[in-house]
Amino acid sequence: MTGVYVPGDSPLHRLPAGAKLLGLALLCTTLFLLGSPLWLGGSTVLVVLLYAVSGVGPGAAWAQVKPLRWFAVALFVMQFVLVDLHGAVSATLRLVLAVALAGLVTLTTRFADMMACFERCLAPLRLLGVDPFRVSLVLSLAVRSVPVISALATRVREAQQARGLSWSVRAFAVPLVVSVLRHADAMGEAMSARGLDDH
Amino acid sequence: MIRFNGVGVRLAGRDVLSDVTLSLSEHRIGVVGANGSGKSTLARLLNGLALPTSGDVTVFGHDTRRHAARIRRDVGFLFTDPDAQIVMPTVAEDVALSLRRKGLSPAEVDERVREVLARYGLDRHADHPAHLLSGGQKQLLALCAVLVLEPRLLVMDEPTTLLDLRHSRLVADLLRELPQPVVVVTHDLGLLDSFDRVIVLDQGRVVADSTPGPAIGHYRKLMS
Ligand SMILES: Nc1ncnc2c1ncn2[C@@H]1O[C@H](COP(=O)(O)OP(=O)(O)OP(=O)(O)O)[C@@H](O)[C@H]1O
Ligand SMILES: [Mg+2]
Repeated sequence: MTGVYVPGDSPLHRLPAGAKLLGLALLCTTLFLLGSPLWLGGSTVLVVLLYAVSGVGPGAAWAQVKPLRWFAVALFVMQFVLVDLHGAVSATLRLVLAVALAGLVTLTTRFADMMACFERCLAPLRLLGVDPFRVSLVLSLAVRSVPVISALATRVREAQQARGLSWSVRAFAVPLVVSVLRHADAMGEAMSARGLDDH
Repeated sequence: MIRFNGVGVRLAGRDVLSDVTLSLSEHRIGVVGANGSGKSTLARLLNGLALPTSGDVTVFGHDTRRHAARIRRDVGFLFTDPDAQIVMPTVAEDVALSLRRKGLSPAEVDERVREVLARYGLDRHADHPAHLLSGGQKQLLALCAVLVLEPRLLVMDEPTTLLDLRHSRLVADLLRELPQPVVVVTHDLGLLDSFDRVIVLDQGRVVADSTPGPAIGHYRKLMS
């Protein structure tokens, strides 16, 4: 989710975010309800076709399912031992296809459009005193913070290597927590300065 | 434009600023001083991020204590660390976020975002993730997100500290061209050459306040 959006002008890119999320929900449900090999084969073809239509390229497609590869192998082996080959193939395929479909939505939808869609869906919560903008802002911040915190972690590790310190959880965690808290503080202040807090 | 009236700031039992009385109306104003002399605190007083313990600060006729939200709409603030102020995952989205309260149509937002990104050479990166930009480009992005709102006053706390020579020159040129008044806190004395007024802080007090030449001379003597 960290800004994986691939700019483009395919029909999938032009589809509203809400329609894509709804389609994703429907397709995933179908995927888990229908288990015949024919259906799964058809679904695989459909996912491949959708990727082709989106024009995001094979690299971006692989990046979506790559983090899953060891888990998928483990799942396959487990299902094969516990159930049978058919069970193993269908369970693994369902998982990979569902993740690929979700990935396709993030690849073809601007993050801001996704957030705007969440905001609209959350609008009824206003009656309960929830501010949808705040909820979507929190989600944006969470996504935005992943690369920032990982950069902070790299910096802490490098500083320790430069000092010739050996690895220890405490020597890593303490400075990291301190810098994350400091970053959170600075971020809160910057958001006030940008006027994002006075709604 | 800006008035400090006998301002003191006390934080954690220490006087961070004492008895600051200033009236600022110049176009380019610089603030220099040693580490811990109170420069950032002075800058933060300008949009109500910090509040005076004694005295008061008025910006465009509004008291920062009572009208912080109003003042933040008029005052754009640029921090040293751009990572702290970039909220959205991609470049164009972050600039667009600034405009959300303006009640513009999506097409208008898009156009103003493109326009400001093009002006600062970031249009090629509009759809890129913000974390892939270099430090200098991130600082430019943070600047775009502030300038797209066309603030009446711009305050910057060490905007060039993390930048290489080329990017700090770029920021220096930008400063010169901006139509609105700017208050810049900096350790980059070269940046201040063309400024109208430079204020030197020492241990929370204004110890020099003049055109750049004499003020920077005073600061150099203070540091030696
Ligand atoms: N929130 C706070 N609580 C307590 N003390 C603070 C706080 N913020 C700043 N100070 C103290 O106030 C003094 C002035 O800080 P300030 O950040 O304004 O200095 P500065 O001139 O910007 O320094 P630098 O050049 O290092 O950025 C410092 O001694 C600092 O430790
Ligand atoms: Mg400072």
